[in-house]
Amino acid sequence: MLRFIIERLLTMIPILIVISIISFAIIQLPPGDYLTTYIIQLEASGDSVSQSEIEGLKQRYGLGQPMHVQYFKWISGVVVGDFGYSFEWNQPVNTLIWERLGLTLVVSISSLLLTWIVAFPIGVYSAVRQHSPGDYIATFVGFLGLSIPNFMLALILMYGGYRLFGMSIGGLFSPEFVDASWSWAKFVNMLSHLWIPMVVVGTAGTAGMIRIMRNNLLDELGKQYVVTARAKGLSTVKLIFKYPLRLALIPFVSTVGWLLPQLISGSAVVSVVLNLPTAGPLLLRALLGQDMYLAGSFTFLLATLTVIGTFISDLLLAAVDPRITYD
Amino acid sequence: MNKPVENNILEVRDLEVKFFSDEGTVNAANGVNFKVPAGKSIGIVGESGCGKTVTAYSVLQLLPSTGKITNGTIKYQANDGNVIDLTNLKSESRAMRRIRGGEISMIFQEPMTSFSPVHTICNQISEAIMLHQHLSKQKARLRAIEMLELVGIPNAKRRVDEYPFQFSGGMRQRAMIAMALACNPKILIADEPTTALDVTTQAQVLKLIQGIQDELNLSMILITHDLGVIAQMVDHVYIMYLGKVVESGSVYDIFDRAKHPYTRDLIQSIPKLHGARGERVTSIAGTVPSTYKLPKGCAFHARCSDMFGNICRTETPLPIEVGSDHYVSCFLHSREEGKNNARDAR
Repeated sequence: MLRFIIERLLTMIPILIVISIISFAIIQLPPGDYLTTYIIQLEASGDSVSQSEIEGLKQRYGLGQPMHVQYFKWISGVVVGDFGYSFEWNQPVNTLIWERLGLTLVVSISSLLLTWIVAFPIGVYSAVRQHSPGDYIATFVGFLGLSIPNFMLALILMYGGYRLFGMSIGGLFSPEFVDASWSWAKFVNMLSHLWIPMVVVGTAGTAGMIRIMRNNLLDELGKQYVVTARAKGLSTVKLIFKYPLRLALIPFVSTVGWLLPQLISGSAVVSVVLNLPTAGPLLLRALLGQDMYLAGSFTFLLATLTVIGTFISDLLLAAVDPRITYD
Repeated sequence: MNKPVENNILEVRDLEVKFFSDEGTVNAANGVNFKVPAGKSIGIVGESGCGKTVTAYSVLQLLPSTGKITNGTIKYQANDGNVIDLTNLKSESRAMRRIRGGEISMIFQEPMTSFSPVHTICNQISEAIMLHQHLSKQKARLRAIEMLELVGIPNAKRRVDEYPFQFSGGMRQRAMIAMALACNPKILIADEPTTALDVTTQAQVLKLIQGIQDELNLSMILITHDLGVIAQMVDHVYIMYLGKVVESGSVYDIFDRAKHPYTRDLIQSIPKLHGARGERVTSIAGTVPSTYKLPKGCAFHARCSDMFGNICRTETPLPIEVGSDHYVSCFLHSREEGKNNARDAR
């Protein structure tokens, strides 16, 4: 087992190197660079830029250099934890990312917990009482939640919140707290805003999770070992928790690792609509504006999380399913 | 049938089981009668789909939610001496669960899928022991090892902590037997216990069941489609066709003095070891009719080579005693009709 862990960790290194090259290359793929975008923006707003100014900026950002030179400049920084500099924000990528990453995790993890807390019991109920009215209602609501786009739900909630309660729902903080330093009052203020993104982000996830849970469990409930366990005289509740539910969680565990990158990027559109200070909108803007170090670092971070997530999934899978051995 | 009930540990009368679905109603059991004398073993034989397993599941109230017992009684003489009608107990009631696994236990056909793949053998056996005998975890574990040794699992102390996938098919069926017997049940229901095993393993497992049955004075219901198995294992045989017992009698009655055309056909279709070269195995013409719509009259009439008249198509034959405790449901042997038609058994 230990051997397996070490081997897996070692193979991650070449994977991450390849990923970093690919993500850097992809960001460079569109014609032009940040400077082109910048100049177009300046010209669009009526300013003109002289050739010497452009050359000066090019020098400053090192944009004239060949791609591999730029890559090595960036990656050697990444290794020691320096992700470079954002052109657009005029700030180191580090300061930009970590602050927003924290808030992103707050939003994502709380909606993930909401999803699980709601979806698991409903999914189990739906499977155990298949074709009951409760199951049909859960199925209906589930499909409704799956088919309504998240941003749509966000818009509806914003409109409803404004019309009914006269409250502004965008953002994670009330205006007076946005730039304030952290305090108890700011934390409480955040909690009062948090439920909207929680509900919006959680709805689709909940709907999907109910379906997955229901189907996984239905598969297991029909199996012979359930009859064997009943024939032993176990009570229904005890039986379902010990046997089919345990087995129904196995396919679920194998996909748990993919949640990690989703925690960061999954709610991007909703965050834009709801104007949340999370990582999603930042990534979107960086990609649009060809803010290459910021965008590159983000992509690299997401890829790293995917690799780590898959690794965690594998370990969890070995823990819950004795049929899997890593020797 | 007029004999006293006392020495019968289980007596099933007129059992009717129906499955309700959107496609229609399946008549899985249509008045099954049998009795299990204490300490004896009976066999229930029939083709696939004749209601053998449904009958067994009914005794333990293990039918899926679409299946219902619509008529009949299942009288069981419980450990405390009282006679309980199991059909009156709710499937998930405490009383039923106490009987299930504690007093009547069951071995299933598929040793490969009958265990949970992610729990150890120890866990799955000792679970029943802790539930019914209220032993501690350690004691239940010792008992589980003891049971595995009894069924001939080598190195039981070590293997008890293994998972089912580490056991071979035969060993799993042994472990299944160990699990079923761990709580000292009075009745063992074995539903095709050897069908999924290869022939050598089959012989070993049958021998094991028989040995244990003698040793523990168990009553046993053996369900199979294999007459060869029946011949070595049981005292009394019930032949089922389309959810009904068509003939019942001692092993000798059935094998030497079979009266029902269906029974005779079944025995005919056993391949013979000393048959002539090139001789084909006899098979019964046709297939079991659909259980959605039962045929009128005798259920077997469409496939019966001895069908002799309209009565077979229109009326349902009742069981007739043709020998000591040997019953057959066929108009060939009904006293009036049989004589009138002057067509006795061959």
